[in-house]
Amino acid sequence: MVDGTENDIKPNGNYSSDNNLLIDCKNVDVFYGDKQALYNVSLGINEKEVTSLIGPSGCGKSTFLRCLNRMNDVIDSCSISGNIKINGEDIYNPHIDVVELRSRIGMVFQKPNPFPKSVFDNVAYGPRLHGKITDKDEMHHKVEASLVRAGLWDEIKDRLNEPGTSLSGGQQQRLCIARAIAVDPEIILMDEPCSALDPIATAKIEELIDELKTNYTIVIVTHSMQQAARVSQRTAFFHLGNLIEVGDTENIFRSPENEQTEAYVTGRYG
Amino acid sequence: MSKNINSMMLKRQSAEKRFRFYGQASLAIALIMLVVIISSMTYRSIPAFTNYGLNLNINLSNENISQDNINYRRLVRDNISLLDSGCDDRKCRKEFLRLFSSGAAYELRDTIENDPSLIGKDFSKFILFSDDADLFYKFGIDNSLPESERRLNDREITWLNGFKELGLVEKRFSTNLFTNGDSREPEIAGVLGAVIGSLLTILITLIISFPIGVLSAIYLESFAPKNKLTDFIEVNINNLAAVPSIVFGLLGLALFINFFGMPRSAPLVGGCVLSLMTLPVIIIATRASLQSVPPSIREAALAVGASEMQVVFQHLLPAALPGILTGTIIGLARAFGESAPLLLIGMVAFVVDIPGSFTDPATALPVQVYLWADSPERAFVAKTSAATLVLIFLLIIINLAAVILRKKYQLKW
Repeated sequence: MVDGTENDIKPNGNYSSDNNLLIDCKNVDVFYGDKQALYNVSLGINEKEVTSLIGPSGCGKSTFLRCLNRMNDVIDSCSISGNIKINGEDIYNPHIDVVELRSRIGMVFQKPNPFPKSVFDNVAYGPRLHGKITDKDEMHHKVEASLVRAGLWDEIKDRLNEPGTSLSGGQQQRLCIARAIAVDPEIILMDEPCSALDPIATAKIEELIDELKTNYTIVIVTHSMQQAARVSQRTAFFHLGNLIEVGDTENIFRSPENEQTEAYVTGRYG
Repeated sequence: MSKNINSMMLKRQSAEKRFRFYGQASLAIALIMLVVIISSMTYRSIPAFTNYGLNLNINLSNENISQDNINYRRLVRDNISLLDSGCDDRKCRKEFLRLFSSGAAYELRDTIENDPSLIGKDFSKFILFSDDADLFYKFGIDNSLPESERRLNDREITWLNGFKELGLVEKRFSTNLFTNGDSREPEIAGVLGAVIGSLLTILITLIISFPIGVLSAIYLESFAPKNKLTDFIEVNINNLAAVPSIVFGLLGLALFINFFGMPRSAPLVGGCVLSLMTLPVIIIATRASLQSVPPSIREAALAVGASEMQVVFQHLLPAALPGILTGTIIGLARAFGESAPLLLIGMVAFVVDIPGSFTDPATALPVQVYLWADSPERAFVAKTSAATLVLIFLLIIINLAAVILRKKYQLKW
């Protein structure tokens, strides 16, 4: 059993990589009111690869994900201690502009949540918001590029003026991904992006994640271990608010060091 | 076992059928009541939409007068006297004159002022009978009553029958009802003054309560810190929505009129008082519709990097707009039909002139209904119903606007 002290957790696991450490979390504790949701989590996430967070429901993996773009700020009772650095910058520093931070970190949610606007406006919303693009042609170009990258362009290029909510579930989720990448983030956080989708749509999204990792750092929370094995290079296993083990995905699934991890990934548990 | 299940199913099905029947029955009862109210109102208001009168010859050809010094009252009186009354004493002539509306002089003045070329000509002018004569033609008169207890004596009845036999009597649509302000004379009293007064009042209410209500709701919902003070404010807003309207009238009297010295009987004050009443309704409706926007939309916008204010104005507000508008219009409709608080701030005054500004003395339509219902003249009974119909008609228009706005701004999820 891990007692949660710093010595037991190796921030980067045994994993050695040529990639740079992008997100560095140290001793993160999260409380919802009196209830502690994360215990002393220290985890590093490397640039331009996919890190998946796995674990049984309520283990704190979504909570951890939402710490990374400060979405937990929205919840009044939530308080966070510890240190999260992105590119060496403490994101909980009071001088940090949350809005600017979130423009660098895109997020895709469990349930597709397109705005009740047209497909075009959904994608154009972010760039417009940040005033990055004001020219009309340039905006068209940006929307097209984002939709192409999200693998949605061919399917809906004739339906740009239809409401985003009229698309199918899988298309909506890819629209949300297009919306996230339209603001050119460094990092994309995905909170169980395929849990509301059928296998075919899931396959498409997974393919997309694989392509996106050449340009973006992706952190994905997933309930499906197969998905974690398929799409991620590194995997972190959470249990009851503790980070149990983190390492190379292959190692985690083939030869986990921790018994609990082994029990979970082999399906005996959780 | 399966028998058990079958009997259970039967029970459930019949329970469902019964429930459906109860629902239909209550709906039917509600509809019947509505139909009864509207149709009885309509039936009782029918006499108010017509007036009896006769075409009176006005002789202006042999008189050498200019427009400025015409005594219209005398002109009408003299020309009425030309009709054959068979009177030889003053009392009789006075009685004869009493059959005609005292408003005839004003109408004649308006006619001549509109067309000064009539001076120096003979022309005929439709003048109204007084309310008693009008009612005689509409309903007849109960001859079994002794003459002293009747509104018309035998001689007057003879005259009126005489007019009818001569074919002088004419029934016309009562435009007065829609173009005049209030009057002591039922045949010339109209609802226009009250309608304008009501509209001015409700405009003030809208201007004050809509922005304040929506903004406070947004603040409470999205920005206010969750602490004891906001809880206290919230409880009080909910309480205010349940406070009897007359209390707001007392507050308005003490605050706006006595303390701030605003004019009595003015739509400005009426609007202020009604906004006090409408504010909590709008705040509650706005908060409810903001709450009903799926939180996922808020998260989506925040995650793209929208600020809290951008989330509110670009996402929450457009999505909540149909609900906000419906709530506002329902609040306004309630204020539109309100009379009690207006009584206290003097909008119950007898106002003949049609109000032209927010500070002119005015009355409101529901108060007009109350005033007329309280009047002793029998002709006001029909007027009361007619004014109520106008009120209901305006409320239907307001509610229709709510439905249309709701449809127009409804977002598809």
